[in-house]
Amino acid sequence: MIKYTFLFLLLSSMLFVACSNNQSSNAEIAKTVSVKESTSTTQSTSQRDTTGLLIFDTFEEFDYLLHQENDTTYVINFWATWCKPCVAELPYFEELHQKYKNQKVKVILVSLDFKKSLDKHLYPFLKKNQLQSEVVLLADSKTNNWIDKVEPTWDGAIPVSIIYKGKNRKFIGSDVENFTELEDILKSILNQ
Amino acid sequence: MKNIYVLACLYLGSLLFVACNNDSATTSTSADKKQPKAIKVVNESPKKEGLKVGDIAPDFKLKNINGKIVSLADYTDAKGYIVTFTCNHCPYAVMYEDRLNALQAKYAPMGYPIVAINPNDPEVKPADSFENMQIRAKEKGFEFAYLIDEGQKVYPQYGATKTPHVFLLNKDRMVKYIGAIDDNAQDAEAVEVKFVENAIASLEKGENPDPNYTKAIGCSIKSKK
Repeated sequence: MIKYTFLFLLLSSMLFVACSNNQSSNAEIAKTVSVKESTSTTQSTSQRDTTGLLIFDTFEEFDYLLHQENDTTYVINFWATWCKPCVAELPYFEELHQKYKNQKVKVILVSLDFKKSLDKHLYPFLKKNQLQSEVVLLADSKTNNWIDKVEPTWDGAIPVSIIYKGKNRKFIGSDVENFTELEDILKSILNQ
Repeated sequence: MKNIYVLACLYLGSLLFVACNNDSATTSTSADKKQPKAIKVVNESPKKEGLKVGDIAPDFKLKNINGKIVSLADYTDAKGYIVTFTCNHCPYAVMYEDRLNALQAKYAPMGYPIVAINPNDPEVKPADSFENMQIRAKEKGFEFAYLIDEGQKVYPQYGATKTPHVFLLNKDRMVKYIGAIDDNAQDAEAVEVKFVENAIASLEKGENPDPNYTKAIGCSIKSKK
């Protein structure tokens, strides 16, 4: 395993060197690709770029985030910087993160921004807004292959969110109006 | 026992992923089986009404960017209609503008015109105003009708939920396909399956499209709450 990891890092750094004439925009994304080592609940490999953004190129890598079976309640929000109602509800998720960060509640903001224009959109947005919740990028553009796996009743319009703990799960099929609405849904899971 | 199996799968999967990073789609099997059985839906997607494959789509009278009122019945020679809910502001819609032009160039002469409808409320989304539709259509050289759903009466009848959202109808306005134009919005070069083109090819052969329903990420349709 360590050998493979080393090999991969070696290969990716070679790639990085080979493509380094591609200027900063690619460099931003490529950077040092670190293979995330398994923690107790992490089952997937994915790459974290130097800004700390965890990037999932395929849904298969990402899927475990929707099915972690432990005593933490996960609040997963699908959003994008280009989606106005998504950006409008982000503060409620941030507030939820602040209020519950000392409990076993984890907010994960899943950006569906386009990987090829992160420099123009997501990175500046994150820099400006300093989101405290964890942000990850799901960059699998074959959306028809994975939307059903997130939630069969979802047809692909964003924002949507999922709050789950173990097998208990609620799908929020549109934006939430205010913090209370979001918190009430969280409470209904926490109190089960 | 089960745990060991899962761990072994995961271990193999991660090995595979590390060994062939570009081929990670093959490592999905363990995750796929873990779909929860009972999912509670708090708010259903705003749709739920609307057309299904096999339904007869309603005709409409909507204003085109040239000021004229357009109905599907006006297309007397049509063998079908590519009714496409789209708009100016949505990045996903923008990514498909050139592909819509290509579809129109290829299929309108065959009898399958694009009939594009902007379903958004311009008061909520000024970028999607009638004037801005005219401007964008001119910039991009749209050859197809680009209609405004004034009063937002038509998109709920169709059950459109996002832009872009295609309803392919046959000449009797029967819905034959609902969904995305192709399987890769972000990268036209990387498209592997052209859903709408394949669906039209099926209609031309007298067959039903397969798939007849696909999903894609898109911008929710903007209306007042």
